[in-house]
Amino acid sequence: MEIKRGIPVSPGVAIGSAFVLETEGIQIARRFIAKSQVGSELERLRKALAGAGADARTNQEAISAKVGKQYGAIFAAHAMLIQDPELVNEIEQLINVKNHAAEYAVSRTMRRHAKALQSLNQPMFSTRSSDLFDIEKSILSHLTGGQQGDPLQNLQGPAIILAHDLTPSETANLNPRMVYAFATEAGGKASHTAIMAGVLEIPAVVGLGQILTDVSGGDEVIVDGNRGVVILNTDEETRERYLGLQRQFGNFAKRLNELRDLPGESRDGVQTLLLGNIEFPQESAHCIERGADGVGLYRTEFLYLNKTEDPNESEQYDAYMAVLRAIGPKKPVVIRTMDLGADKLFHRTDIQHEEKNPCLGMRSIRLCIKNLELFKTQLRAILRASQHGNVRIMFPMISTLHELRQCKMILADVKEELDEEGIDFNPKMPIGTMIEVPSAALMAEELAKEVDFFSIGTNDLIQYTLAADRTNEHVAFLYNAGDPSVLRLIDQVIRAAEKHGTEVCVCGEMSGDPIYTILLIGLGLRQLSMTPQNIPEIKKIIRSITIEEAKTVAQEAMRFSTARDVNSYLREQTRRILPEAVMN
Amino acid sequence: MAESARQTVAVTNPQGFHMRPMQAFVEAAARFAGTVSVMRQGKPAVNGKSMLGLLGLVAEQGTELVIEVTGPNAANELKVLIEVFERNFDD
Repeated sequence: MEIKRGIPVSPGVAIGSAFVLETEGIQIARRFIAKSQVGSELERLRKALAGAGADARTNQEAISAKVGKQYGAIFAAHAMLIQDPELVNEIEQLINVKNHAAEYAVSRTMRRHAKALQSLNQPMFSTRSSDLFDIEKSILSHLTGGQQGDPLQNLQGPAIILAHDLTPSETANLNPRMVYAFATEAGGKASHTAIMAGVLEIPAVVGLGQILTDVSGGDEVIVDGNRGVVILNTDEETRERYLGLQRQFGNFAKRLNELRDLPGESRDGVQTLLLGNIEFPQESAHCIERGADGVGLYRTEFLYLNKTEDPNESEQYDAYMAVLRAIGPKKPVVIRTMDLGADKLFHRTDIQHEEKNPCLGMRSIRLCIKNLELFKTQLRAILRASQHGNVRIMFPMISTLHELRQCKMILADVKEELDEEGIDFNPKMPIGTMIEVPSAALMAEELAKEVDFFSIGTNDLIQYTLAADRTNEHVAFLYNAGDPSVLRLIDQVIRAAEKHGTEVCVCGEMSGDPIYTILLIGLGLRQLSMTPQNIPEIKKIIRSITIEEAKTVAQEAMRFSTARDVNSYLREQTRRILPEAVMN
Repeated sequence: MAESARQTVAVTNPQGFHMRPMQAFVEAAARFAGTVSVMRQGKPAVNGKSMLGLLGLVAEQGTELVIEVTGPNAANELKVLIEVFERNFDD
C-alpha cells in the first residue's frame, strides 16, 4: 500500500478506478504546410479562435451563475486574451511567413508568452501563465476539431481523475456525477482549481508531488479529501474501511433527511451546537442542507486571494451579507479576520516578503496589525454587517495577550470612526480569539478574561505543538490530533474558558473526525465547527451517547501517554457506538 | 488627416498597472480607429489595444508610461484613454 500526502482542498472520500490525464496535455507535432494551404489554414485558425472565445464566454456565464460573478471574471479575461490582436497577429505570422501548421503556430506562440510571464517570477504574473495554458488547450481542441475531444467530457464511466494539474476551466466543467474525485501533482490551496473543486463538492487533493509515474489508468485508487491523502495499491483492510465510508456517503441523502432537523443532542438531552466551516458565501447552502446551527468559522482569505488588488469595503460587506442572508438573522456567523501568509500568499508583495520560515513569520494577525489600513477596511465591513445578523468576530493566530489587546483597540477605533460617520453597527458584537498557538493555550486564563469566546484551531495547534508540518512526508507521522500534549492543551483551554464563562468551540479538522467526538464532548465542549459535509455523522455520534459516557471516555483517554494508545482507544470506543464511522 | 498626441502618466497604485484597469484600457483603445501605443523607457513600444502587450510591460508602482495616439481626433481620444487609465485605479 502506498500513501501519498497532499493538500486537501475539497472534502469527501472516493474509491474508484483511476483515469490518468496525459501529463503533457495535447501533444503537438512540429508540422508545416504548403504555401498554397496558407489561406485555408488561416481560416481554420479563425474558426478555432472564435470557438475558443465562445467557450470562454460560456464558462463565464456558467460559472457566474453557479458560484458568482467574481469567479466568472476569470473567463472574461480569457475571452479577451483569445481575441488579443497581438496574439492573433503573431500566430498568423507564423502560418503566413514560416508556414507552420495552425496547431504548431498556436502552441509556439502561447508557450512563448507563458514562459515570459513565468520568468518574471512574480506570483501575480505566474498565475497568469496557467491561464495562458488553459487558453492554448482550448484553441487546440477546436483546431483538432474535437477529434481528440476533451477526455474529461468523454469519460466511459465514473472515475477518479489523476493529473499533473487541472486548469480552472477543466475543473469548472467536471461532472460531479462522473468524477468521484480528483488528485493533482501540482497546485495549492489558493488556486482557481481548488476553489472550483470546493464549490462543486468534488473531493480533491492537490500538491501531491510526483504520483502519475506510480499509477496507470484503471488502477484502483482512494482519494481522501478530508485528510489530503491518496492511496495506491490499497490493502484489503483499508479498502474495506473506505468502502464502508463510501457506502455511508451513498446513504447520505437519506441520512441527511433523517438528521437534518434534529438537534445535536445527547441521549440525556444536552445539546451541542454543530456549526459549519466555510470559505465562500455560496457554501452557506452546504451548511443549511446539513442542518448546521450556524457558521462557526467563515474564512475570509479568499476575498484576498487570486486578486490583483485588495478587496474594498463594499465588496467585503457584500460577501458577508450574502452569508447572513443565507444563514438567517438568528444563527451565529463567526467571521474570522484574514489569515493570510504561510501557505496562503497574496498579491501584496509590498507587504509580504519572502521568508525563511513563513509558518513562524509575518502572517495572519501579525500582517494585519502591521498594515492597519488593510485591517481596518475589513473591520469596517464586518461591523457594518454586524447589525444584520448574529455576527461574531474572531482574530486568528493570536500568540500573546498584548496582541489580542491591540486587536481590540483597533476594533474600538474603527467603531468610533463609524460612530462619527453615523454608520450603524452592533456595538455588542461578540469578540473571540483563535487558540492555535501553544502560547495562547498556555495563557488561556488571561485571554479568557478579554473575549466572549474561544475557538481552538487544532490544525495549527497540532503543527506548532509538535513542530511538525503534516504536508512534509518525512515528519507527518508526528502530526497527530490524539497526541497527549495536544489533548492536555485543549483540556487546559476548556478549563480556563469554563472558569471565566467564556464560550469555547473547536474548529479544526479534529472536530469533524468521528473518532474524537466522544472525547471532545467528554472534555466539556458544546460547540463544534467543521466542514458541513461532516455534520450528519458527528451529530449521529452525539445523539448516541450520554454526557456521563463521554466523560468516562475522556478521562480514560487523558491517561494515555502516546498518541497511538489514545487513538486506538478512541477508535474502539467510537466503533462501539457507531461502527461504520470508524476508518483509519 | 492623421494627427498625433502623447502624454506621460505615472502608475501610482501599489499593485501596478494590473488586470482590471488593463481590461478597461484595452476595451477603450480597441474602439478607436487610429493606433494606440504605450511606451515604457527601455522597452519597445507595445500596442495599446493588446492586453498581452500591456502585460509584457510589467508596469509596477512608480513606472512612467507614455501613451501615444495617432489617427483622426487623436487629442480627444487621448483624453478619453487618460481618463479611463486614471479612473480605473480608483477602488
